[in-house]
Amino acid sequence: MSSPPPAATPEIITVRDLRKVYHIGEVDVPALRGVNLEVARGEFLAVVGPSGSGKSTLFHILGGLTPPTSGEIWIDGLDLRKLTENQRTEMRQKKVGFVFQKYNLLPTLTARDNIAIAQSLARIDSPPPGFDNILQLLGIKHRLDHRPNALSGGEQQRVAIARALVNNPAILLADEPTGNLDTENSNAVLDILRGLNKRTRQTILMITHNPEAAAFADRTVAMRDGRIVAP
Amino acid sequence: MINKLVIENLRHRWIRTLLCALVVGVQVMSILTLMGLSRGMLQDSADRAKGTGADIFLKPDTQATISFSSGQIDAKFVPFVARQPHVAQALGVLIMPVELVTTMNAVDVPQFERMSNGFRFLQGGPPQAPDDLIVDNYYAEQHHLGVGGAVKLLNHNWRVCGIMQGGVLGHLIVQLSTLQRLTGNANPPRVSQILVKLDNPALTPQVVNQLNTLLKGDLRAISMKDLQSQFSVSNIPQLRAFIGVITALAVVVGFLVVFLSMYTAVIERTREIGILKALGAKPLTILDILVREAIVLAIVGCLIGILLSFASKGVITSLMPASLRVINVPDWWPISGAIALGGALLGAIYPGLKAARQDAIEALSYE
Repeated sequence: MSSPPPAATPEIITVRDLRKVYHIGEVDVPALRGVNLEVARGEFLAVVGPSGSGKSTLFHILGGLTPPTSGEIWIDGLDLRKLTENQRTEMRQKKVGFVFQKYNLLPTLTARDNIAIAQSLARIDSPPPGFDNILQLLGIKHRLDHRPNALSGGEQQRVAIARALVNNPAILLADEPTGNLDTENSNAVLDILRGLNKRTRQTILMITHNPEAAAFADRTVAMRDGRIVAP
Repeated sequence: MINKLVIENLRHRWIRTLLCALVVGVQVMSILTLMGLSRGMLQDSADRAKGTGADIFLKPDTQATISFSSGQIDAKFVPFVARQPHVAQALGVLIMPVELVTTMNAVDVPQFERMSNGFRFLQGGPPQAPDDLIVDNYYAEQHHLGVGGAVKLLNHNWRVCGIMQGGVLGHLIVQLSTLQRLTGNANPPRVSQILVKLDNPALTPQVVNQLNTLLKGDLRAISMKDLQSQFSVSNIPQLRAFIGVITALAVVVGFLVVFLSMYTAVIERTREIGILKALGAKPLTILDILVREAIVLAIVGCLIGILLSFASKGVITSLMPASLRVINVPDWWPISGAIALGGALLGAIYPGLKAARQDAIEALSYE
């Protein structure tokens, strides 16, 4: 088994022969069947595929939410196989920012506090330099003191993007970020993601089943039956 | 920020939070009221004992110093005690329970007035007839009695002859001979205790020793000072046990209420727990959030309980000023708070661990 020297490679994500098997009762369900993927630092990559193709499982493993069954993964120099549960949690605090289809904001907190709690959990005192510009770009500065139930879907998703970026993560993982939005808001969110990628060189891995959304990315890979079929 | 989340979570479901805190508060109030009632009743007894003007009390040797029963002594001991050196006056008192915790105290009224410097009558005066009854202002208020009013107690009709300022001997005072006759203690005459006044109060310890040596096996002497110090909850095992039971109940109820509230909250907030985990919350952080919520509930519940204890005191005092006396027990505020907190923390542990162990991916997909 080869081990690449992460610091020497331009890739921020390196995945080799990644497999994941879920044990459901007495049945083993393979979700990933040997995924190989490399994402360059600053790249905006779209992963497309139908339901059950393994996109979400890949998303969860890359985000450190679940460990792989086998295979190699490096995220920004970290070998995920060697990480304990606690270390994976710390990786989620500082290396990865999540954007979900259902926004997943905490309903009891204002937009400002939803962003602040991500910082608090990572024990980071202040947002990264330029975060104010990101808020400006997202167009939510005037909506920060509202709770999610007072925000539109598009606004909630933009708050979720701000929350994902507040700890200056190495990668931004977006799972169907436009899945719950109308066309206008979808395009706005995708424009923002592309703008972020271009302006700040933020690495983005976006999962989508929508080819139009995927078109906003630099590169698209397709998944089917737990494998990448069209690199 | 975590504290803000805790407060916002509690505010978000404010009715549940309030109900939960209220139930915890009722438990705190129960403890405080029970403790205040116990101390108040004992304080009341101590005050009334002090109001007799006696220096020494004599009780049957087999009886506990503080007793709710009314053991009897042969009245022949009264003149015997009166003849002892330095005894200026000895007086028999017959005590009979008449209501829940109210007793009727029978003495030779003129003799007792000599010992105690007299009753302070607010209305009426001393008994003129065998069936005359003196009541204190608390009893009169509770039972809406005035001078000349009729009261049926011990299956006997009494006439209120005077209303005195409370704090002397008992709430109800009658003539000794009448109560002895009514309760079968007339032949031979019997009393419940003997009050002793000395010619020199400074000699009290010496006379107590002397009487105890002389009356060993029949009567036990205790100085007023020692009697006062005995009027404490810790000296009454039954009361201690009762308070223990109420405290245990408070812990159990506090545990159940917080457990149910937290368990519901954890299920309701499954997705939010998943979000926090995705953002990098460690299991201990999730547990910490729920524990902090339980602590806030316990603190709010405790404050509500303290306020409710003032309300319960007011209600008891206005409804039953003679039967029950409640005092504030601020030294028990932290104790009852700790009991509420203990119950709440116990109640938060299982839901907290359940939330901490929640799988982030399953939690995020929870609808």
